[in-house]
Amino acid sequence: MSTSQTAAFVRKDMLPPQDPPTSQAGLVKWLRENLFASWFNAILTLSSVFVIYLLVTHFYPWFRHSVWNANSLAECRTIIAANWGEGASGACWAMLRERWHQFIFGFYPPELYWRPIAVFLGLLLAVAPVLFTQLPRQMLLFSLAYPLLAIWLLWGGSAWPVIMIAAGFGIGFLALRFLDEVSSILAIVAAIVAPILFWLFAVGPLDDVLSKAIPLAIEPVASDRFGGFLLAITIGAGGIALSLPLGIILALGRQSNMFLIKSCSVMFIEFIRGVPLITLLFVASLLLNYFLPPGTNFDIILRVMILVTMFAAAYIAEVIRGGLAALPRGQYEAADALGLDYWKAQRLIILPQALKISIPGIVSTFIGMFKDTTLVTFVGLFDPLKGIPDFIRADFNWKGIYWEPFVFVGAIFFILNFSMSRYAMYLERKLKRDHR
Amino acid sequence: MKKSVLLGTLAVAAVSAGVAAAGTLDDVKARGELNCGVNTGLVGFAAPDANGNWSGFDVAVCKAVAAAVLGDPSKVKYVPTTGQTRFTALASGEVDMLSRNSTWTFSRDTDLKLDFVGVNYYDGQGFMVRKDLGVTSAKELDGASVCIQTGTTTELNLADFFKANNMTYQPITIDSNAEGEQQYLAGACDAYTTDISGLAATRASYADPENHIILPEVISKEPLGPAVRHGDSQWGDVVRWTLNALIAAEEYGVTSANVDELAKGTENPEINRLLGVEGELGKMTGLDNDWAVRAIKASGNYGEIFAATIGEATPIALARGLNAQWTQGGLLYAPPFR
Amino acid sequence: MTSASDAPEQGFRLSQLIYDTRYRSLTIQVVTFILVMAGVAWLVDNTIQNLNQLGKDFNFGFLSNRAGYDIGQQLIPYTNDNTHARAMLVGLLNTLWVSVLGCAAATVLGIIIGVLRLSHNWLVARLMTSYVEMFRNIPVLLWILVCIALLSEVTPSPNAYKINPETGESAVSMLLFDSVAVTNRYTAIPAIEFTNSLGTIDTAFAPISLNFLLIAVVLIVSIWGNRRLKAHAHKVQNETGVRPVTWWKSLLILFGPLLVVLVALGFHLVSPTLKGFNFTGGNNVSNAFVALWLGLTLYTAAFIAEIVRAGILAISKGQSEAAYALGLRPNRTMKLVILPQALRVIIPPLISQYLNLTKNSSLAIAVGYMDLRGTLGGVTLNQTGRELEAILLMMLIYLAISLTISGLMNVYNKSVKLKER
Repeated sequence: MSTSQTAAFVRKDMLPPQDPPTSQAGLVKWLRENLFASWFNAILTLSSVFVIYLLVTHFYPWFRHSVWNANSLAECRTIIAANWGEGASGACWAMLRERWHQFIFGFYPPELYWRPIAVFLGLLLAVAPVLFTQLPRQMLLFSLAYPLLAIWLLWGGSAWPVIMIAAGFGIGFLALRFLDEVSSILAIVAAIVAPILFWLFAVGPLDDVLSKAIPLAIEPVASDRFGGFLLAITIGAGGIALSLPLGIILALGRQSNMFLIKSCSVMFIEFIRGVPLITLLFVASLLLNYFLPPGTNFDIILRVMILVTMFAAAYIAEVIRGGLAALPRGQYEAADALGLDYWKAQRLIILPQALKISIPGIVSTFIGMFKDTTLVTFVGLFDPLKGIPDFIRADFNWKGIYWEPFVFVGAIFFILNFSMSRYAMYLERKLKRDHR
Repeated sequence: MKKSVLLGTLAVAAVSAGVAAAGTLDDVKARGELNCGVNTGLVGFAAPDANGNWSGFDVAVCKAVAAAVLGDPSKVKYVPTTGQTRFTALASGEVDMLSRNSTWTFSRDTDLKLDFVGVNYYDGQGFMVRKDLGVTSAKELDGASVCIQTGTTTELNLADFFKANNMTYQPITIDSNAEGEQQYLAGACDAYTTDISGLAATRASYADPENHIILPEVISKEPLGPAVRHGDSQWGDVVRWTLNALIAAEEYGVTSANVDELAKGTENPEINRLLGVEGELGKMTGLDNDWAVRAIKASGNYGEIFAATIGEATPIALARGLNAQWTQGGLLYAPPFR
Repeated sequence: MTSASDAPEQGFRLSQLIYDTRYRSLTIQVVTFILVMAGVAWLVDNTIQNLNQLGKDFNFGFLSNRAGYDIGQQLIPYTNDNTHARAMLVGLLNTLWVSVLGCAAATVLGIIIGVLRLSHNWLVARLMTSYVEMFRNIPVLLWILVCIALLSEVTPSPNAYKINPETGESAVSMLLFDSVAVTNRYTAIPAIEFTNSLGTIDTAFAPISLNFLLIAVVLIVSIWGNRRLKAHAHKVQNETGVRPVTWWKSLLILFGPLLVVLVALGFHLVSPTLKGFNFTGGNNVSNAFVALWLGLTLYTAAFIAEIVRAGILAISKGQSEAAYALGLRPNRTMKLVILPQALRVIIPPLISQYLNLTKNSSLAIAVGYMDLRGTLGGVTLNQTGRELEAILLMMLIYLAISLTISGLMNVYNKSVKLKER
């Protein structure tokens, strides 16, 4: 343009922005928005602060006065009284220092602690490929072998029976593999019957011969030495692992359109879910021997395990049923369209997907199971929550120690369950994205 | 493939399951281990130590039987049983014998299909109260809260006692001795009732035993003794006579210290028969002739066991009282060994 | 396999049982059925053999024998002269009582926590999250044990309420205008009494108080009257467009008759007073009950809070925006749009939590509360040695309770199911 007038004032650069009013910035703003947004909110905040104050003033001194070095509760109390004045209360962690191993391992022989530790680390390693799909698939082979390895390491004794069980599975697998070409039904029947025959008739003599030829044994540990978290994890993890196959079968049975099979599955699931676990534990301890052939007798941990497995199977079945129901109808139709028969369709198409979306539910079931293992104390087993502390309190030195075991055991339960539930939530979010 | 996992475990279970033969004695010998049902933890009678090794008055009976039958007092698997599970554990064959302060009663001996083989402790039910309550007799407990363990004869006795004396009470039921102590110490109940020996054991473990008193009334007879399954008299004989051997040994002055010496032969024919120097008593029960020697060596004779576990020198400090030998004015009277 | 549907017209061959889809499912079912029956027969046979070996029989005659033991807390009259069956009933009612109270309290607490967890208040939301995580991830048994330990260790003994003659004061004073005393053996609460009592009708099951019967009848009639009033108002509104003022009539109908009846009956509360060892006059609620109830409530509330939160979050924002766009006020939006949808999400898992709570009430064993397991599955089992009968009966009763609850849930689910076209 031709106007040569220059503007009286042209700003060349931006003014620095002014500070927002104090009520709209920094801490004050945050406080106003998050804590004192309204009078009701302010009341809530103040009462929360009061609750926190109460909790801290009650518990902090108790923790601050902790004693780690003493030989008895009485000694603890003298130390606390000496340091903090008469009437002060404090935690006596000295008990843990002396007895922590019993909370963790029960009465497992101390020189063999490496075995449960190895089993626990192995558990993490075996579960990892299932939980984190990024890991190499070959690790699944270890997961398959792990249960038997764990049984052998925990209970010790000769390795041959365990190897025989594995061999049975091998025979079943081979039967399935080779007879499948002849007839798939024959293959399935053979895969079930052959291992059973093998276990019933061949294992005994074979075991005798092999054990004499190559004694492959580590020191056996009897079930009654199990206690504390070792017991809880053994029962919880064992129950879940064993209940998975049964749960899958029950879930398929419940989804089936064959009336008899469906009603059998429904009856089993509803019965187990309808009664408290504690009554099932009483069945394990009082009634199971009635239901088995006269003279059969095996130890209480195994009996509890059987009932816990049935219990978990009913819950797992419901979780997997949810997974099956969540699969789009098209998946079933696609399998049919490909001409796959029922078992092939389940094995290749339906179950892999249904199981994958069921994992969060399975983890939650496991958390519930793990918490419920504490009930075994009522059939005379030494669980970490009541059995072991009661036993420790039977000692003259630690009579009357209540809160410390609660805090310690509660903290361990919390850490384990919290991390597992967080994992389940993470997985749920991830799976949700996959399906969008 | 995974579906057979369950079957696999069951197979293992079946393999590890011992199938009972005709007699318990043969079973125990074949197994090489005695399954003995004990209390889940009652100091002095049966309690595991920090390493899980069991000891106590009832445990000593298990050890003696194991020594007599298997020759080794350590060949015992202790099965902790609660008041709830003990008789079923025995009936189902989970344990071979029960040595767990259980009262010998008519209905248990007949209806529950147990055989009590003798009495190792004559007890009675009593009450413990705090001294500052100012109560000196159980008759003054009208309206009191009483802590009581479920599943025992004590709750029936308690109901009968209060009824007979026209008094009321508030039962506070508890599951285990440990819990009873907690409730009583916290003052949740005015009185704690159980067998007097149990009360003494409990009181002994308190920091201030002098502040608690056991009331003089004994409201019931509680003969405590080991029990076996009904219908296997051979095994019943073994346990019965092992217990009698311990009692007789005290009467004759046979102790764990001098038993080896005496087993070489003595002037006293009773001792000779007991220790297998004379006669074939052991053979008659299906054991060998040294059985009593081994049983006594396991933890001593009855008197030694008593003194070591619950006697006056221990914190539990029970006097012999009714449990003295008949020669000392007590009730212990072993039938003759001949 | 799927092409087998047009099988050639031939005579029936045995192999068709396996290869023909028309018959295969039948074959599989028959085989499974035979296997299951064989399994059951095997179990029953074993049981009979075992019973024979032990010389026991299978009968429930023991239920009519004298029980001989006392029960601390009872809702219907019971003495140790009653039968085992009566003791079982006392236990069953105790189970139901703690379950019902637990469900009610857990629901209230759970809703409060669930809503507060969604609050914009930073501190409150975090506090509630820690509550939920803390209680969900630790076994309920621990919470029950903590409650009983707290009640018996921290609270004073009844003696502490005794008035010291020298100072004229007691060591501890009662709560809520001297009406509630928390002690280490029970919580004493006021009892309800009537001066002009109508008495009771004695039935074999339990005496029924005519007073409460009358109050219940009056309440039902009032509620019915209130409904009529509302319906009438609705009708007037539809005809004239003006809704008559009803709130004071409503209040009058609801509470007027009740007040009249209460005054006529001479309704009053009797506060507990200390006499001898213990409080008398009021109701003494045993600590075992309080601990169990509190433990179950705190634990289950954490789960209910999560359910409520998920239910509220599940309703998309568009729903309320749409309702506003239609001109509905916030409270009508809540009542007509949000709640019906949220409840559909909330109620089924809520009922399964009720189911869990009822089953968890069997943990009464940890505190010595005499519930069904404590009586039938505890003392009765022990005194009679009838473990097979007692445990089977106990499981059947629990199963019946569970099936009733889940049956109710199914009815509800059907009634609120989305009618999809």
